[in-house]
Amino acid sequence: MRRSPKDTQESARRITRRALILGTAQAAFVAVLGVRMHHMQVDEAEDFRLLAEENRINIRLIPPARGLIHDRNGALLAGNEQNYRVVITREDAGDVEDVLHRLARLIPLSAEDIDRTLKESQRRSAFVPITVAERLDWEDFSRVAVNAPALPGVTPEVGLSRHYPLGPDFAHIVGYVGPVSDYDLSKMENPDPLMQIPKFQIGKIGVEAKLEDQLRGKAGTKRIEVNALGRVMREIDRVEGQAGARVQLTCDMHLQNYVQARLGEESAAAVAIDVDSGDILAIASSPSFDPNSFVRGISTAEYSALMSHDHRPMANKSVQGTYPPGSTFKMVVALAALRAGVVRPEETIYCPGYTELGNRRFHCWKRGGHGSVGMTESLQHSCDVYYYELAKRVGIDAIAEMGRMLGLGVRHDLPMSAVAEGLMPTKAWKMERHGADWLVGDSLNAGIGQGYVLASPLQLALMTARISTGRAVQPRLVRSIEGVEVPVLPADPLGIDEAHLRAVRRGMHAVVNTRGGTGYGIRVVDDRMTMAGKSGTSQVRNITAAERAAGVVSNDQLPWNRRDHALFVCFGPSEAPRVAVSVVVEHGSAGSSVAGPIARDILLQALSGGLPALTAYPESQRQKIEEQRRSLPLIAPDDSGPSTPTRA
Amino acid sequence: MSYLEYNVKTVPAGLRKVFYINWPLVILLTAVASAGFLMLYSVAGGNLDRWAEPQMKRFAVGLVLMFIVGFVPIWFWRNMAALAYLVSLVLLLIVEFFGHVGMGAQRWINLGFIMLQPSELMKISIVMLLAAYYDWLDVKRSSRPLWVAIPALLILLPVGLVLTQPDLGTAIQVSLGGAIVMFAAGVSWIYFAVVIVAVVGLVAVVMMSRGTPWQLLHDYQFLRIDTFLDPSTDPLGAGYHISQAKIALGSGGWAGKGFMQGTQSRLNFLPEKHTDFIFTTLAEEFGFVGAFSLLLLYALIIAFCLISAVNNKDRFSSLLTIGIAGTFFLFFAVNMSMVMGLAPVVGVPLPLVSYGGSAMMVLLVAFGLVQSAHIHRPR
Repeated sequence: MRRSPKDTQESARRITRRALILGTAQAAFVAVLGVRMHHMQVDEAEDFRLLAEENRINIRLIPPARGLIHDRNGALLAGNEQNYRVVITREDAGDVEDVLHRLARLIPLSAEDIDRTLKESQRRSAFVPITVAERLDWEDFSRVAVNAPALPGVTPEVGLSRHYPLGPDFAHIVGYVGPVSDYDLSKMENPDPLMQIPKFQIGKIGVEAKLEDQLRGKAGTKRIEVNALGRVMREIDRVEGQAGARVQLTCDMHLQNYVQARLGEESAAAVAIDVDSGDILAIASSPSFDPNSFVRGISTAEYSALMSHDHRPMANKSVQGTYPPGSTFKMVVALAALRAGVVRPEETIYCPGYTELGNRRFHCWKRGGHGSVGMTESLQHSCDVYYYELAKRVGIDAIAEMGRMLGLGVRHDLPMSAVAEGLMPTKAWKMERHGADWLVGDSLNAGIGQGYVLASPLQLALMTARISTGRAVQPRLVRSIEGVEVPVLPADPLGIDEAHLRAVRRGMHAVVNTRGGTGYGIRVVDDRMTMAGKSGTSQVRNITAAERAAGVVSNDQLPWNRRDHALFVCFGPSEAPRVAVSVVVEHGSAGSSVAGPIARDILLQALSGGLPALTAYPESQRQKIEEQRRSLPLIAPDDSGPSTPTRA
Repeated sequence: MSYLEYNVKTVPAGLRKVFYINWPLVILLTAVASAGFLMLYSVAGGNLDRWAEPQMKRFAVGLVLMFIVGFVPIWFWRNMAALAYLVSLVLLLIVEFFGHVGMGAQRWINLGFIMLQPSELMKISIVMLLAAYYDWLDVKRSSRPLWVAIPALLILLPVGLVLTQPDLGTAIQVSLGGAIVMFAAGVSWIYFAVVIVAVVGLVAVVMMSRGTPWQLLHDYQFLRIDTFLDPSTDPLGAGYHISQAKIALGSGGWAGKGFMQGTQSRLNFLPEKHTDFIFTTLAEEFGFVGAFSLLLLYALIIAFCLISAVNNKDRFSSLLTIGIAGTFFLFFAVNMSMVMGLAPVVGVPLPLVSYGGSAMMVLLVAFGLVQSAHIHRPR
């Protein structure tokens, strides 16, 4: 395309014109920048120089006090205590090593402390204060304060640090705090400026972690004048931060303390729940650990001892642990069968001691068989054959549906770490997971709470609460935040026929209160606190053919970690239920004799709001109970204050 | 006039091109970059390896690249314009979907040896494309609505992509860079007036959208606007940076505190002291004399480009040169306004001085194009 010379000349002229306009505009802007520069650097230079050199204003963060955590009656579970510490700033200290050695003559400082401080001070910028020693007692602290002029760069400081007055009792619920790590930071989308404070403490597990946002509070700021060397001259003003919210849990400190003590050193978990509100009154996992040692900075030896302990003290078994529920699952199967209409409560099934499926025999725990049993007797004696038959009739999917209605196989939303979902197997699940068809044998195993079925102690307690009320009770762990009540979740009717529930409750009542029931030994004789329950003993291993041939091996002869789990669920009073309890003792061998007494004691404790009168126990057991009570390390009932607990 | 109309034989060939290079421009660029090395050495606390040395190496490589680009005839680059634009656009789309997320924004492609920022490439390719477009377009048509809509779309496409990254600074640079070429090509005043009015209206709408469900900017972007308007609202965050930057700048005074004597940067009061805020250190240590000298160097670079453009009879060459000069101008004008508190902090580096590879390479390649236009101008 050829253009006329006139066009191109006109175009060139136009470009020149526009370029001149652009050039002028750019020159004008450059002039504006130049004038601004002159204004700032020449006219106002003096003001800025003052700001920069003589009184550089520094903004420091004031960490807020972390929110307190209380039990349902206001007893302190997590508080803040004064922490006297000493920090050193490299910039002001000059020879850090020399200053530290002089400091070591005043307060106990190990060679390692000095070494660590030196290393850290080299790594960080010269003006960042580094903690030399923490948790000093008042005397050491005041000695440093008095000698501070002779120790350049050393500053005594008072801070707050987290303290858990009840130690191990609430370790799994409340959790603990620790310094924010790079990993924590990488997970935060928009980190709080507070995170820049070296060693700032945030919740690591449990309620401390889950309610971190509420507990942390908001940082305050203070403006301080520092001179050219960075030394603080004076504080100009401060904006106070906002302390973290006060959190009140639904747990009862005395009950929790009792439960934790009663579980002792067993590898066990227990949950006590209010059947109307769903309030978790106690939720314990043992053995436990002292959260205070994590706040202080746990030693490697202590930490590896916790990690290598075969009873896994760090695991919160009450919500994280999932177990085959064993016979405690029989209520679910019974309700599923009643709902499907494949059995009537009064219908009897004959138990010859086993049931045959193809060429395989499924044994009842009682070799000789139970004879003809109805629903009440089936629960009372925990007859396996009855439930094999029911499971065969109703099928796994109906059982799983009932399980989910009762809160099994569902993740409940609690502010605790790693809440487990458990497992309610279905045909579809097995196909997806194992790529195999569901077999009738699988249903039979599920019928007695073995095989694929898994539930956590929390879920078992909830199941019991739901059976006792017929309502879909939802668990609640936090009662209020900053005085604002956390609403009780609505407990809608489960939609299970009341007659069915009555039949099952009758069976559970018979377990404990009818002679010959598996739990008759742990009956309660006080009419106001009668108990209904169900024991469970679940296998953790497959019985080999060789073992079967050689006869049943007694649990006592097995190594600890191969023994059966002992379970017990109960509620009471059986006529007007108020509290439901579940207890799982890992490898405890027998549900009714190991987990049962613990569950009964917890239930009585919860119902009577303290140690129950001995008259609640059958006369023959009273002396033993009294002895056992004396050996428990309990907090005195009158001491519910936030002060250091004295152990009775 | 266009290359189709003049005799190519009058253009220098082979090594003789060395004599036709715009040497003053090379010297000015080197002077600015050297000021950068000095400052990077200073903010690293007298450490050469940390920032200054890698920056010098990159400048050397960039300079060689500039000469190579400059020796290639300008008509080759004109033919490449559409391709360059397409490649930049595709790369922008790639970062959009597979980009490396860093510093909260998704802007980089990791090529293994360098982290490439396609939005930097786009700053130059948009100028190339529009210069080629107006070179091709009949002058009489340049103000007709349809022929204005095409370049407008070509600008808005990458700007939209850059905005989603999100990178407001680059979006402004790309759109203004394109607008400068359109303006230089002689598009009627009226269009620019309409766009300015529309932008003012849009800004008003955006500010009103705040807090409503259809909020148009990120919260942090609103926050930056707030801090720009009143730095004391956010004394711990961005406002702190602006205040400290202003203190550093102002406290430099007439002659500065002396090389390596800037307390603001030495005591870590300055943010991003080796990248976006490097000008504050220069101003603190060399005072008004130093800062104004740098501003003059930048202005001279623009002046030499514009002189070269006006004296070039080839339409593509002069539009390209004006466009590149305009983009370069936007770099330092936005950066300096930002650190002097005249504009919100949008994250634009100080060209050739701030530490960073992508921007420097692209700028030197762009000046290679300016050299090519200069060397191969019709005589």
